[in-house]
Amino acid sequence: MNTGQDGRPIRRVLIANRGEIARRVIRTCQRLGIQTVAVYSSADAQTPHVQEADLAIEIGPPPAAESYLDTERVLAAAVDSGADAIHPGYGFLSENPEFARRTEARGLTWIGPSADTMLLVADKGQARIEMDRVGVPVSRGCVVQADPDPELIAEEVGLPLIVKACAGGGGIGMQVVTELGSIAEAVDRVRTFGERFFGNPGVLVERYLPSAKHIEVQVLGYHDGTVAILGERECSVQRRYQKVIEEAPSPRLDAGVRKMLYESAQRGAEAIGYQGAGTFEFLVSGRDVAFLEVNARIQVEHPVTELTTGIDIVEQQLHVASRGSVGRRLNVSAEVFPHALELRLYAEDPNTFFPSPGVLERFRVPNWEGVRLEAAYSEGNVVSQYYDPLLAKICVSGASREEAIQTALEVIDATEVKGLKTNLPFLRQVLMHESFVAGNYDVGIVSQMKNST
Amino acid sequence: MNVVSPVMANVWKVLVLEAQSVDAGEPLMVLESMKMEIPIEASAAGQVRLFVIEGDVVDEGAMLAIIETT
Repeated sequence: MNTGQDGRPIRRVLIANRGEIARRVIRTCQRLGIQTVAVYSSADAQTPHVQEADLAIEIGPPPAAESYLDTERVLAAAVDSGADAIHPGYGFLSENPEFARRTEARGLTWIGPSADTMLLVADKGQARIEMDRVGVPVSRGCVVQADPDPELIAEEVGLPLIVKACAGGGGIGMQVVTELGSIAEAVDRVRTFGERFFGNPGVLVERYLPSAKHIEVQVLGYHDGTVAILGERECSVQRRYQKVIEEAPSPRLDAGVRKMLYESAQRGAEAIGYQGAGTFEFLVSGRDVAFLEVNARIQVEHPVTELTTGIDIVEQQLHVASRGSVGRRLNVSAEVFPHALELRLYAEDPNTFFPSPGVLERFRVPNWEGVRLEAAYSEGNVVSQYYDPLLAKICVSGASREEAIQTALEVIDATEVKGLKTNLPFLRQVLMHESFVAGNYDVGIVSQMKNST
Repeated sequence: MNVVSPVMANVWKVLVLEAQSVDAGEPLMVLESMKMEIPIEASAAGQVRLFVIEGDVVDEGAMLAIIETT
């Protein structure tokens, strides 16, 4: 282990999260000889992440606001357990600059980008202006002030357009507008929504591209200011603006466009002094590239990047946060595959996508070669309505895209889930869908599937 | 007319008052389950009798309200 002079050794990490991502972080910590502390709400007492950590601390009742989102309880658990660092996972407190500041203020290491970076990218309007300034391609659009002139917006941006809450995320607080007469009302509604739910009335209007691909680039910013690019992920299979299947690399991506995406992410990350793991999201339509947002955290779909690069992204996060004390920079620690898919197994109706909490009476996913399972629950667990519907991520790799898809279909057929509804049949439909098989699908794929049945 | 919950959920926001008159299709409340908002609308016009308050946890099929049609 390299403990440089500037290093901040990490010996015990508290994971301020639950489910599969908490287990994922525990796994890398164990490999690196770092102790782990889990936190959990009373709803999660029986879930695997609690059992797998070296130490587990109950921090409150089921509602996230009183447990996983309660910064004081999480910080108290970290201090009481003797942790020297906090890994926030994704969601919950992961992009909360105030929480990062308070973590550092208590003398603990924050495993993630700095609070200043998080503040900058949390506002989509501000991030857009900054990226535009350093030459990252953005779509036609603008931040909208109070009492906007709809005609001016329509002229500047064009129709259709999408109205977004500057502080929104996860597909919440967005509205597509197709006609001039609806612009003012949509801006008003999104502004009210943003103010009420995110405490930020900022509104951004951008040209809406109905048939674009959602492609994102994984960056790793190091403590010496350099930025590494770990390739792209294709994330166009979405329902309610949330991803369902991701893959790496993006099939049929033009080499010139790929180069432009990588250079844009690199330039953007370097310009803002990005440190740690992050994702630059883009929309790609033909040869047009438009920056969407930066996600200052590890992402749900990071495994497809790990499978195609052999790099453990959690190890890299620990390496950067510890200023080189933990792990090795860009260490290729696992086998590298030409192609990888991630299927998000959700507890939901496969047709309506309506949530389906319940008891996971039976839960078996085949443990085959080329299959990596990231499960949030184990058999017998209650899957409650308090948290997101992600049961597990089924990650499949192969020597080719065709092979990975074939393996994924076989895994789906051999997977058994009883006690609640899942989207397994839907995942199968996507993998069999003509445009998915051809690799030329875009964000319209799910609505096309729904319209043709 | 009974208004029941389509899923196990938390009652996030109640948008009407006890004994308020509503039209068919008018939003009564918003449930929240697995981070998804589920709007609940009046199935008929009438007067609302509420069975839940904000923060309640309801099972699938639980009674949320009755619309008394006159």
